[in-house]
Amino acid sequence: MEFREELLRIIEKNSRIDTKELAVIMGVTEESVIEELKALEEEGTICGYHTMINWDNLSTEKVTALIEVKVTPQRGQGFDNIAERIYKYPEVESVYLMAGTYDLMVILEGKTIREVSGFVAEKLSALDTVTATATHFILKKYKDHGTILARKEEDSREIITP
Amino acid sequence: MRDPLAQKVVDIKPSGIRKFFDIVSEMKDAISLGVGEPDFDTPWHIRDEGIYALEKGKTFYTSNAGLKELRVEIGNYLKRSQGVDYDPLKEMLITVGGSEGIDMALRAMCDPGDEVLIPQPCYVSYEPCTILTGAKPVIIDLKPENEFRLTAAEIEDAVTDKTKILILPFPNNPTGAIMEKSDLEAVSEVVLKHDLYVISDEIYAELTYKGKHVSITTIPGMKERTILINGFSKAYAMTGWRLGYACGPENIIAQMTKIHQFAIMCAPTTSQYAAVEAVKNGDEDIAKMRESYNQRRRFLLNAFKEMGIECFEPFGAFYVFPCIKEFGMTSEEFATRFLQEEKVAAVPGTAFGDSGEGYLRISYAYSLERLKEAMTRFDRFVKKLRGEKKA
Repeated sequence: MEFREELLRIIEKNSRIDTKELAVIMGVTEESVIEELKALEEEGTICGYHTMINWDNLSTEKVTALIEVKVTPQRGQGFDNIAERIYKYPEVESVYLMAGTYDLMVILEGKTIREVSGFVAEKLSALDTVTATATHFILKKYKDHGTILARKEEDSREIITP
Repeated sequence: MRDPLAQKVVDIKPSGIRKFFDIVSEMKDAISLGVGEPDFDTPWHIRDEGIYALEKGKTFYTSNAGLKELRVEIGNYLKRSQGVDYDPLKEMLITVGGSEGIDMALRAMCDPGDEVLIPQPCYVSYEPCTILTGAKPVIIDLKPENEFRLTAAEIEDAVTDKTKILILPFPNNPTGAIMEKSDLEAVSEVVLKHDLYVISDEIYAELTYKGKHVSITTIPGMKERTILINGFSKAYAMTGWRLGYACGPENIIAQMTKIHQFAIMCAPTTSQYAAVEAVKNGDEDIAKMRESYNQRRRFLLNAFKEMGIECFEPFGAFYVFPCIKEFGMTSEEFATRFLQEEKVAAVPGTAFGDSGEGYLRISYAYSLERLKEAMTRFDRFVKKLRGEKKA
């Protein structure tokens, strides 16, 4: 278990690391790393290998919105059905079921504010079970997935003897 | 005008690697592997407590021995990590870093003429601090064939009827060597036989990679004759906070506290409040950092193995100590050329005593990316040297 968790912690921060290097830094054989990764992929613990990108550095237009959604849960299915209806839209980035004043948190990525508001008005609000939405636009991302964006790490340790 | 300086201070030789570090500091694009402090920031919840203490106006002195709350928490920590009991009120002193604790312990215990056993390679302060007390440092050269551990026989060879104190610097800077329980038991026997006292510098106690660190204070009969030195710098990445502590028998701690009170008054207050949070809720942070250090340690050992560089496996601190004797150069020559030709700074082993000759101290308090680049350059340098040797 400890091995799995350490392995996951490493590749969560650096999915480009190769199996040979993983074996070295974890003090195990490369075969056992390959096997474990395969098992983790097959059981769906590892769901993909992504890259953290700070899109703000590009001229590409991109808007991220965070939408609070109130819904009426359906008998026998709770929120799962309606969540599925929502997450199937490709423009939807993430869907979470929330405790608190609203039910689903939907994170949406679009090219423009118009595109996002279009989605909310025409698709999301149009669903029968959706009773209310509140859309928040993200102005700037400071930190994402534990990584601080737009800041170069510098070694500020001074030389001290020895 | 007469000479303003004290002869015994002038006589202390300055750190031999000052010159080396002067070159390093001028070389802007050099990769340093020389730093002996964690590359992690102090965990935020600890910094936050420091900030909170300032906001609340906790800006006064604490008691001389240190904040009582902190001493109680350190007592709890030593109990849960080592199973030893220290009275927070009588057997503990909060110091300005572990290094102050070392100085105070030596000053409280040494008379002129006493002999202090110092196993080298080791941290650089033991010898000058001993000299300043008028006592005589007696160096024990640790051997690579023992993985730089201290043996009972080596103590026996160095002991005289004037020997009073043994410095025990494990886990060790610069070698990364540790002392396991059986090693400590053997050493303790000799210590008891010759009625010695021990100053056990356990500043790297939390950074071991082969089972948990064992303190010599857990060996029967040793707590009564040991000053345990530890601190927050290495375990919690709190070097700049300057905070350490010493635990030991009441009579010694009382005298150390007396000197500390006249010289220092008390350790920095903000740091002490932050340290309470560290020692109470910092175990997880240590585990995370230890995991990273261990990954880097394995990376370096493997890199040296692939290059065919001899290097024993160190199980403590954040240093590896590869042997460069095959190149027929002194440590300083090697380090200087490596710096000039590949722009990587590694500290010559001789900075930590003559027995470090033929070795380099490589710190892994750096990111894996940085270490990778450094090892690529090391490999290139080593190939070049081997080529020169053949030619």
